[in-house]
Amino acid sequence: MSPVVLWVGGLMLAAAAIIIVVRIERGPSMLDRTIALDMLVGVVIAALALWSAAAERTDLVNVLVVLSLVGFVGSVTLARFVAVEPEDEGRILTPEEVRAHDGRMRASLAKESKRRVGGREDAMRRAYPESEDPR
Amino acid sequence: MSVLDWFASICFFLGCALNLIAAIGALRFPDLLSRMHAATKPQVLGLMLVMAGLAASLGSSQLTWKLTIVVLFQFMTAPVSAHMVGRSGYRTGKVREDLLVIDELTEDLDRAKSTPIPPSSS
Repeated sequence: MSPVVLWVGGLMLAAAAIIIVVRIERGPSMLDRTIALDMLVGVVIAALALWSAAAERTDLVNVLVVLSLVGFVGSVTLARFVAVEPEDEGRILTPEEVRAHDGRMRASLAKESKRRVGGREDAMRRAYPESEDPR
Repeated sequence: MSVLDWFASICFFLGCALNLIAAIGALRFPDLLSRMHAATKPQVLGLMLVMAGLAASLGSSQLTWKLTIVVLFQFMTAPVSAHMVGRSGYRTGKVREDLLVIDELTEDLDRAKSTPIPPSSS
């Protein structure tokens, strides 16, 4: 294969990887970062294929098989865990909010320990009775 | 250069260009779903192009079968991850409703909430 293809393709893949890393750094939510990481795996697969064609290294094909099989595990795992996070997970609570939350939870837990029923989720529900059902 | 070399070069060039274009799209698009739309194009079509180029340039039937398996694995795993990411994106409210043209899932969920559950006849 001519070195022109290697250089042009390699430079395009390097630019793509840099742009994807910028998206990973910016990504407002965890899911955007997950998508960008999936794209990064795709760029690595393409770069390995390019290198394998340029250097005539046929042993790298096995690495391509493994990467295409394993690449999706990370995004599925992360998406699974994002699903149970609260809506404004990215925000850091102010000290007043933390103090108010602690007070309510402690009062609710104290009330509960007298009756000896329910668990932490019940205490949470009693502390915030008016919160609507998350979809 | 032979015809196969030309074919491999064009496939490699198109695959790498698709990766670059998708990266630019993922950087510039405004919300999660459109970024997913940009990101999933090189995952399948770009991979197919690059694998076709590699198969043409290596020119061995054993390796061509292996590269076909790579593409098949990607066919199986890419929908799984896209489904999971889209579902948890919708459930955690990361879909911007002002950018949607049609939102059938929300309409359907509202309809399901408003209809009473029929008594079971068991």
